[in-house]
Amino acid sequence: MRPYWAIVQARFRMLLQYRAAALAGLATQLFFGLVRVMLFDAFYRSSTAPQPMSYSETVTYLWLIQALLLLLPWGLDFEVRNMIRSGTVAYELARPTDLYWLWFSRSLAMRTAPVLLRATPMFVIAALFLGLQPPASPMAALAALAAILGAALLGCAITTLTTISLLWTIAGDGTARLLGTASMIFSGAIIPLPFFPDWAQTALNLLPFRGLMDTPFRLYIGHLPPQEAIPAIAHQLVWTCALILMGRAILGRSLRRLTVQGG
Amino acid sequence: MRNSLKLYLRYLGISIRSQMQYRASFVMLSLGTFLTTAAEYVGVVALFDRFGSLRGWTLAEVALFYGITNIAFALSEAWARGFDTFAGMVKSGEFDRVLLRPRSTALQVAGQELQLMRVGRMAQGLFVLLWSATALNIPWTLGRIALLMAAILGGACLFSGLFVLQATLCFWTIDSIEVANTLTYGGVEAARFPLTIYRDWFRRFFTFGVPFACVTYFPALAILGRQDPLGTSLWFQSLAPLIGFAFLLVALRVWQFGVRHYRSTGS
Repeated sequence: MRPYWAIVQARFRMLLQYRAAALAGLATQLFFGLVRVMLFDAFYRSSTAPQPMSYSETVTYLWLIQALLLLLPWGLDFEVRNMIRSGTVAYELARPTDLYWLWFSRSLAMRTAPVLLRATPMFVIAALFLGLQPPASPMAALAALAAILGAALLGCAITTLTTISLLWTIAGDGTARLLGTASMIFSGAIIPLPFFPDWAQTALNLLPFRGLMDTPFRLYIGHLPPQEAIPAIAHQLVWTCALILMGRAILGRSLRRLTVQGG
Repeated sequence: MRNSLKLYLRYLGISIRSQMQYRASFVMLSLGTFLTTAAEYVGVVALFDRFGSLRGWTLAEVALFYGITNIAFALSEAWARGFDTFAGMVKSGEFDRVLLRPRSTALQVAGQELQLMRVGRMAQGLFVLLWSATALNIPWTLGRIALLMAAILGGACLFSGLFVLQATLCFWTIDSIEVANTLTYGGVEAARFPLTIYRDWFRRFFTFGVPFACVTYFPALAILGRQDPLGTSLWFQSLAPLIGFAFLLVALRVWQFGVRHYRSTGS
């Protein structure tokens, strides 16, 4: 356990150095958030039909998306990709650690450090000026926090899976894009999931992606009552375990047929 | 002029051939961009399904805005890629070499790369636009088609102008300013919908500040034959896309000013 934790810490400290990039990203995301909020505002003013979420719930959901957007398994670990392209991935194999958990630790740092830099200021600004509401209740806050941790682990499992897929397709970042797009839309990052048609909800419930954003956010606004937190978080964990097992199995198979290029 | 054009086409030929060496990668990346942009559109369709209309606009009408914006942006992303990644050229000192050649700097930077994978976004925009064109009940006269083309090209010029301005900033900052992305990507996000749905200050910024309204909102009104709640005339709406071309010309002037202030990093 110790070496993996050390990797997380080291990568984490390194990634925390990119503060200027975080600031620029913050401005961009504030802008995007504003556009989205205005869009929903216009939609709510166009219709009196009952909606799955109230306007203020939606606004809170939208700002939470912007605050935690980088938790999504979007993009991949470019250092590992370059290692695979250049063949230095062989060094990774020589290390006395388990390759899966090594990459998992890397992605854990990669997903959490930028979020920590960005989420707090975003949260404060949105709460003070832009209509982000506080959690529905102390219990809701606790449940949301637990679900965010679950979302981070789930996101890492997906990221690690995309990293492993690079062993199979040297040139294409295709799998990364595909999984990234699926995470984007089916997690609720494009529009809050409750707005999708009712017939789609069953499928959305089965897929793992809901746990990345929708679950913690709806727990936060109380749209999902705290007593439903246990099954919701269990859903995240079951999928995380399944994806880890899948990743390990694929990694095992790829290593048996791995040809290291270059010299 | 003809000579420059020939050179530019030659640059493009080289770029296309080099990208075609990795055909599988190209296909995957284009497909990826297509799916990503399509996913965003699915979100819009879902919202219209829930709310019915957007302040009096139907999905088919909004799709027209959506298509124009996405095609225009895809075009500019493809041909202005050199400006988008210009910070790398300044940092590495590569720009010194550009200055030594007896050709326009803007031409050489633009010729760095024609990003073919943008065809994914373009195809998606085209699908949405074609669907919109058939779903809308408007006669597609020659004038309307010409205006649509002008809007798309004007939009592409406007986005390219933004990329050029963003690159020009690098002469002073060396590093790329990510904040500039807010205007390009944020502009795409905002211009995909009729600008009247936004707050007044926001709409004004995208009319007078960065004139996206001139390449989407006004020409689209003329194409749809809708009365403008802001009270502009049909004449103005039809000529508005010219502002997009003018924007690019101004941006190129600013670029030339920036080039004169270039100081090599010396590496």
